[in-house]
Amino acid sequence: MSMTTAPSESQNTSFGNVQARAASAMNPARISIDNLDFYYGEHKALKGIGLDLPDRQVTGMIGPSGCGKSTLLRVLNRMYDLYPGQRATGQVMMDEMNIIDPKVDVNALRARVGMVFQKPTPFPMTIYENIAFGVKLHERLSRSAMDERVEWSLTRAALWGEVKDRLNTSAMGLSGGQQQRLCIARTIAVRPEVILLDEPTSALDPISTLKIEELIDELKHDFTIAIVTHNMQQAARCADQVAFFYLGEMVECAPAAQIFTAPKQKRTQEYVTGRFG
Amino acid sequence: MSATTSSASSIPGPAKDLRVSRALGKRRHRINFVVKTLCVLATMLGMVLLGSILLTLIWRGAAGLSLTVFTNVTKPPGSGGGLLNAIVGTLIQTVIGTAIGTPIGLLVGTYLAEYGHSSPLANAVRFVSDVLLSAPSILIGLFVYQFAVEPFGGFSGAAGCIALAIIVIPIVVRTTEDMLRLITPSLREAAIGLGAPKWKVIVLICYRAAMDGIVTGVLLAIARIAGETAPLLFTSLGNLNWSVSLGQPMASLPVAIYQYAGSAFDDWVQLAWVGALLITFGVLAINIAARLLLRRGK
Amino acid sequence: MQQAAALNASSGSRSKFRPGDPIFAALSRASGIFVLLLLGSLILSLFVGGIPAFRHFGLGFLFSTTWDPVKEIFGAGVSIYGTVMTAVLSMILAVPLAFGIAFYLTELAPAWLKRPVGIAVELLAAVPSIIYGMWGFFVIVPLMSQYVEPTLIDLFDGVPVLEDLFAGPPFGTGIFTAALILTVMVVPFIAATMRDVFETVPPVFKESAYGLGCTTWEVMRSIVAPYTRTSVIGGIMLGFGRALGETMAVTFVIGNSAHISASLFSSGNTIASIVALEFPESPAGSLKLSSLLALGFILFVISFIVLAISRTLLRPKLKV
Repeated sequence: MSMTTAPSESQNTSFGNVQARAASAMNPARISIDNLDFYYGEHKALKGIGLDLPDRQVTGMIGPSGCGKSTLLRVLNRMYDLYPGQRATGQVMMDEMNIIDPKVDVNALRARVGMVFQKPTPFPMTIYENIAFGVKLHERLSRSAMDERVEWSLTRAALWGEVKDRLNTSAMGLSGGQQQRLCIARTIAVRPEVILLDEPTSALDPISTLKIEELIDELKHDFTIAIVTHNMQQAARCADQVAFFYLGEMVECAPAAQIFTAPKQKRTQEYVTGRFG
Repeated sequence: MSATTSSASSIPGPAKDLRVSRALGKRRHRINFVVKTLCVLATMLGMVLLGSILLTLIWRGAAGLSLTVFTNVTKPPGSGGGLLNAIVGTLIQTVIGTAIGTPIGLLVGTYLAEYGHSSPLANAVRFVSDVLLSAPSILIGLFVYQFAVEPFGGFSGAAGCIALAIIVIPIVVRTTEDMLRLITPSLREAAIGLGAPKWKVIVLICYRAAMDGIVTGVLLAIARIAGETAPLLFTSLGNLNWSVSLGQPMASLPVAIYQYAGSAFDDWVQLAWVGALLITFGVLAINIAARLLLRRGK
Repeated sequence: MQQAAALNASSGSRSKFRPGDPIFAALSRASGIFVLLLLGSLILSLFVGGIPAFRHFGLGFLFSTTWDPVKEIFGAGVSIYGTVMTAVLSMILAVPLAFGIAFYLTELAPAWLKRPVGIAVELLAAVPSIIYGMWGFFVIVPLMSQYVEPTLIDLFDGVPVLEDLFAGPPFGTGIFTAALILTVMVVPFIAATMRDVFETVPPVFKESAYGLGCTTWEVMRSIVAPYTRTSVIGGIMLGFGRALGETMAVTFVIGNSAHISASLFSSGNTIASIVALEFPESPAGSLKLSSLLALGFILFVISFIVLAISRTLLRPKLKV
């Protein structure tokens, strides 16, 4: 945030958006954001965002702290509903539904758009119950079907081998990396279509980080993924397309290879080469 | 030292006089020593008092401790009575009082932490709950007498339970609110992010995460009401005979102690000491358990 | 996986009516309102119960020092005096002691002693008040009458004012002993609050003062004490509120008489003690019962004011 000059002109921004749409032609959009504004009370935190999340691909979101990337993530599953004074306008289309429409059943929405947070958030219960908690909210399963689901999700989260003998012990006893994979398992157990990852590895050690990254690569076969990260290498490794945010605007969105090697915008280039941020 | 001398010329005022600062230092350290000593003495006095109370209880209570205390009900002086009815009465009233007060307190605490926040209603409830927490307990007795004893034509165990429940509520309110507020927002968000409705997040996640703290609060409330005398004087009154009916006056340890300690009969005074020993160590044991629980949670 | 996707596609329409949230919200809100009503009806019941007495004796009830059950003349003067006197005296004794303990616990105690002593103080605060009353009656009262009171009477004999304060037959019971027992009761309570407040001082403040060469006491006096002043006063007021309304510990040792005397060794009563002692002999509907309820109302008003002040001073520092 050492930059004091004005943000890029709107001319450039809209140009960037065109680029984003061209780039994301690879898969049809699962979520399509158009002209999205977001307010914390009076403060406008997102300005005219337009972005598509291609189906079963990974969208990385990068940018300096406070640029709005996490805010955008929290719009996608209406997490901002929790806090009075926060509101969004515009269109965030998922199928025929505008996500930010107040009439939307947020609980059902959140079953379709799952979220994993920066710090691991295991619930104060056993490993098994952690997974079953989310599933029970939306489905009625027999005991055996639930067992299957728990095993499936833990396997998908690459955690099954490590915990299968202690499913009935407290989730608090797991290591940080295991807890985060448990949170991912808990999220996919609900079988969402979209998974939002908010800096999922920033509280983890390098080995756990690597495991999560491999996991993301694996999960994108079935899920549409959006990941906010501060780590540019991570974005380069994991993401199919990368969006760069600055001061509440989306500056540029392009395939990962392009954004790191040949960004269209000067500001993007300065950021990805570490000249500010 | 060399650094100060080299730049001394630029510091205004007279040069530092080492003798003065040494003398000042001596004086300062003497004052410090005196204050420290007084504080240690104050603490020692506190410990001596605690020791004196506990030793007096053990010394005078243990002498009368026998099986008949637990098997016999209170009897006229000189005929070998026990405290069975008082012990059972205290158990009944404490359990029912806690059972009534805890859910109400839990809901109020939930309201304050999860719904009301700092709305005018929530602030009023918080204030009133705090006042209730420290209000003289004898007034709660008078209050319950007015609406649960007089209109129903007599003292009753039920009235005692109500009085104790009113004492439990604000204690549970305070701990519940504090504990719910300690839960990190991310835990709440994670549950909501799975699509859980708010009440399920509170009941299934937040209560669970705050469990140790809430149970600690309930235990402290139990410890408090088990030893309460004043609110029972005008509600359950006390009963020298065996009775477990909530519609009748009911004995309790604190009231029995009050009645016996002031009596002129040696064996009753002896029983009062036994009762005091039982209630004190019971209350202290619950307190220690509560503290251990809270510590485990950290 | 195709299966999962198909299931998901239909999941968007799962927007059935969920009554759980509004019900739970209403329930918890109703409980909050219930607590408001509870305190409201507590005040109201004491006031309504006291109306006959207020009406019969008028404003003079507050100041009259007569309490004569035979002639049915009742006044609150003696009890109010006793209540305030015992509580104020106990505060004079308790505050320095509690401060000393809290200071010791936060700054002086070696690490291995901090916890046990802290717990001991908290346990002392948890001992039921009737135990203090009994202990006072059987242990302190004899000590007072045999040693302390005669000594004090001799000591201050001939000294103006003090001579009158410490006079009369050394029964061992009375205002002074009641204040002593109250002191023992509230010291751990105030000390525990003070310690919690002292611990809210950010270590950097203290460290920077130590860095200037301050002694422990100087850090306490010029950093910790000013930083925590309002909360400490709040804690003291909380203890004061307790002392005002304490029943059992006082009832045992105050001697129960309806007279005001200059001497601290003379017996007296407090609102709480007279209510506890006289209530059994007050038939329902009698003027005496109404007078006791009126006393209760007065006690409530006094403690309400004290508690309100204490809370205003304490809340911002200790709790959210």
